[in-house]
Amino acid sequence: MIYARRSTFHALIWLSTASIAWSDDRLSGGDTTVFVTNDKAFARPLANISRLTRRQHTVGNSFFNQNWVASPASTTSRDGLGHLFNARSCSACHVRDGRAEPPRKGEISLGLVMRISLPGRLETGGPVPDPAYGLQLSERALPGLKPEGHVQVRYEEIGGSYPDGERFSLRRPIYDIVDLGAGPLSPDTKFSPRVAPAVHGLGLLAAVDEETLRARADPSDLDGDGISGKVNMVWDYEGKKLVTGRFGWKANQPSLRQQTAGAFVGDLGITSPLFPKENHTTSYAELHKFVSMPDEEQPELTAKILQRVTAYLQTLAPPARRDVSNPNVKQGQRLFAAMKCASCHTPELKTGDFHQLVELRNQTIRPYTDLLLHDMGEGLADGREDFEASGQEWRTPPLWGIGLQERVNGHTTLLHDGRARNLTEAILWHGGEAETSKEKFLNSTKKERSALLSFLQSL
Amino acid sequence: MNRKFLPLLTALAAALVSCKQADTGSDSQAGAHENALVEGEAVTEAKVVEHYAELVSATYEDALAQAKTMQADVNAFLSEPTAELMQKARDSWTAARLPYLQTEVFRFYEGPIDDEDGPEGLLNAWPMDEAYIDYVKGNAGSGVVNNVAEFPSIDAALIESLNEKDGEANISCGYHAIEFLLWGQDFSADGPGERPFTDYTTADNADRRGDYLRAVTNLVVEKLEGLVAEWVPAKDNYRGEFLKLPTSKALEKIMTGMSMLSGFEMAAERLNVAYDTQAQEDEHSCFSDTTHNDMVYDLVGIHNVWTGSYKGLSGPGLQVLAQGLKPELAGELGSKIEDSVAAAKAIPVPFDQAILGEDDAPGRKAILHTIETLEEQAKLLVAMAEEMGFGVPISEEEG
Repeated sequence: MIYARRSTFHALIWLSTASIAWSDDRLSGGDTTVFVTNDKAFARPLANISRLTRRQHTVGNSFFNQNWVASPASTTSRDGLGHLFNARSCSACHVRDGRAEPPRKGEISLGLVMRISLPGRLETGGPVPDPAYGLQLSERALPGLKPEGHVQVRYEEIGGSYPDGERFSLRRPIYDIVDLGAGPLSPDTKFSPRVAPAVHGLGLLAAVDEETLRARADPSDLDGDGISGKVNMVWDYEGKKLVTGRFGWKANQPSLRQQTAGAFVGDLGITSPLFPKENHTTSYAELHKFVSMPDEEQPELTAKILQRVTAYLQTLAPPARRDVSNPNVKQGQRLFAAMKCASCHTPELKTGDFHQLVELRNQTIRPYTDLLLHDMGEGLADGREDFEASGQEWRTPPLWGIGLQERVNGHTTLLHDGRARNLTEAILWHGGEAETSKEKFLNSTKKERSALLSFLQSL
Repeated sequence: MNRKFLPLLTALAAALVSCKQADTGSDSQAGAHENALVEGEAVTEAKVVEHYAELVSATYEDALAQAKTMQADVNAFLSEPTAELMQKARDSWTAARLPYLQTEVFRFYEGPIDDEDGPEGLLNAWPMDEAYIDYVKGNAGSGVVNNVAEFPSIDAALIESLNEKDGEANISCGYHAIEFLLWGQDFSADGPGERPFTDYTTADNADRRGDYLRAVTNLVVEKLEGLVAEWVPAKDNYRGEFLKLPTSKALEKIMTGMSMLSGFEMAAERLNVAYDTQAQEDEHSCFSDTTHNDMVYDLVGIHNVWTGSYKGLSGPGLQVLAQGLKPELAGELGSKIEDSVAAAKAIPVPFDQAILGEDDAPGRKAILHTIETLEEQAKLLVAMAEEMGFGVPISEEEG
C-alpha cells in the first residue's frame, strides 16, 4: 500500500518534469502504430514495415482473403478446401482482420467453431479427439458430402442489478448440436465454443520475451493478490516438445506459424507441412465414402505460402488510441488501474530484441494483456481442459482496438463465445480471479462506470 | 476553389481547343467574366470529368458488344457442336476480354461495377471453383453440371443464386466460368486446356453442360447491359449522379481507380503474388493461357483514362489537368504509364512459364520490372492526387 502510493507520487513528479512527448499513450504498438479509425483499422501493415516485408505481407493478404477452392483445381496453390471445413477463407470469419460473432437463429455458424474432446489428455498434453468427429465440428463440406453437424445457439437471459438500482441483463448461451453426420456424440463429450478473434498486433505479442511472460506469472498466487496468472505449456509440433503457449483463447498455440497452420487444417481443411493430415477422422471418411487426396498431392499449403500468411499476421498493426486526453477517458484510465483490471489486462509490455522481423523489436506496446491464463470463474467456464488450461481458465485477451470493433465488424459482441453484447456485459461476466474487480465495477457510480467505458472505447 | 489549379488556364488553352467537347458548351466563354481564372479552371475540370464518363460509357459499350458476339458464337457452337465452332467461341471469348479488361480501371471507387450490389464478383471472380461447376481430373461426377438430382434444370437464375450460397461465394460464374467451360482444366506446361468439343455432344451430361455455358454467358451479357445502362448519358443513372459530384470528388474517384489498379490489384495481387509463389496456374486466365492479356490490357485501361482516348474516341484526359497543374510530375507520370504498359507487354508468353525459374530468368526479370514500374506509378499517382488536393489509396486496406 505504502509502496503503491510512493510510486504514484514519484510518477507524478516525473510527469511534471519530463516531456509529455516521451511517452505517447496513443502509440498502442510503438513505432508500428497506425493512425486509422475507419473500418480498415485492423487491416493496416505495421507503420514501420520495410519494402520487402511489405511484399510478403501483400502475398499473405491475398491468401488470407481469397476463397480456397476444392481440389483438384487448375489454381493448384489455391485448392485443397475440405473435404470438411468451417469456412472457405480466413477472412470469412476474421472479416477485415476483425472479430466474428456467434450465429444468429437459423444461421450456419461462420466465425464460431465448436471444439470438442473426450475426457483425459493425450501424451502431448492436449485434448483427446472424438473417434468420429475429431477435435472440432466441421459445419461445412464439399458438395455432396455431409458436414459433421451444426451448432445452434439459444440464450437464457439472467437479470441483475447494480447496488445503485440500475438493472442489467446477461445472456447465457445454450448450445444444441444438430444434424450430426456420424451419430450421437458421447455423453462425456466436452465442448468449447470459440469465436474468431481479431488478428491485428499479433506479431508484437509474439515478439514479447518469454522471460517477460514468466516474470508476470504467479501460478500459486504467492503475492496473495488473488490473481494467479499461469503460462500454458503446449505442444510444439515442429520442435516436438512442450513450449510456452500464447495465442488462442486458451493460449494453446505457441507461435503464429503453428496457429496459422492449425487454423488452415482445422477450419479450412487445408493441410500444410506442419499438419499434413486432413482434419477428418478415418471413420468419418469411411462412413461417407470419401478419400483424402493422395499423399503426393499433400500438403495443400506449401511451406512458402504458410510463411507468407504467417508474415501477414505478424505484420498487421495495432491502431492508435483516440481521445487520450479527454478528462472522462483519463478518469476511466485511473479507474481501470484502481479496479485492478490492469493486473491482467497489462497496459504496457516491451518486445524483446529477438524477433526475426526487425520492425517488431524493442517496441513499447500497449496491448492490455499479460498473455497468461486466469481462472475466470464458473460463469464463463467451458469445462474443457486445453493443455495446462483448466475448464475455468482463459487467456487474457488483448484490448487494443476494442473501441474500433464496431466500426470494423459492425457488432459489439465480446468474450470467447460472443455472449456479451457489449463492453458492460463483458465486464459483468468476469468472475474467479476477476471477481473483486467486477465487484468494484458493480459498486462504482454510474458516472464512474461510464468513464471506464469511455476509456475502453479509446483503446 | 483549389488554388492549386490556378496555373491551369494558360496551359490548357491549346489542349482544349483541340477537344471535341470543348466547343459544345456555352461555358467556354469564361474569359468574358471577371472571375475568369476560377471559372476557366472549373470548366476544364468539368470537361475532363465529363469526358471520363464518355470514355467509361464507350468502353463498357464495347465490352458489351463483344460479349454479345461471344454469346452468338457460343450459341452457334451449342446448336452445332464442332471443333471449329468451339474454337470460334474461344476466339471471341479472348476478344471479348480485351475491352472488359480495359474497364477494370473503373473499379475501386464504389461505382456501378463494385458498389454494394455491383456485379464485379459475378463477372470476373477468381479463383474458379471448377469442381463446383463440372467434372475435374480425379472427379468425373463433380459439379452442378453432373448433379442432376439436386439441380434438375440449369439457368442463369440458378447460377446467380449459387454464387450466394452459404453466405460465401462459390465462384462459379463470370468470364472465367465461360473460359473453363470452353477450354477445360489446363494441365499442360506449354498450352491451354484441351476440353474436347465432345463434352457438348457425346459426353455425360453434354446437354446440361451446354445449358450451363449458355446460361453463364447470358449472365455476363446481362450484367454488362446493367453497367452500360448506368453509364449512358442520362439523368437518373450513375453517370447522372457522377456528373453532379463536385469535380474534385469525381477526380478523386477517377484517380482512385488508377492508383488502386496500379498499386494493389496489378503490382501486388496479380503480379507479386504470382512472382513470389511461382505457382503455375496461380494466374487469372489459367484455362486459356491468356493471362498476359489480363496484365497488359488492365494497364492499357489506365493509359486510356490518362490520355482520354479509347479506340475512336478522344478528348481531354486526366493528363490535361495534370500538365497544367504540375508539368514535371505530369511528364514523369505520363512516361511511367507508357513504361508500365511496355513492361507488361515485354513479359514473355505464357505468363505461367514466365514466373518460373531463378530470379535472373528473363521472364522473372520482366515481371519484377513491371512490378517495380507499377509501384512507382502508384506513388506518382498519389503525389499527383495530393497536388489536386486529395488522397488516393494504393492498397485495399487504405480504401
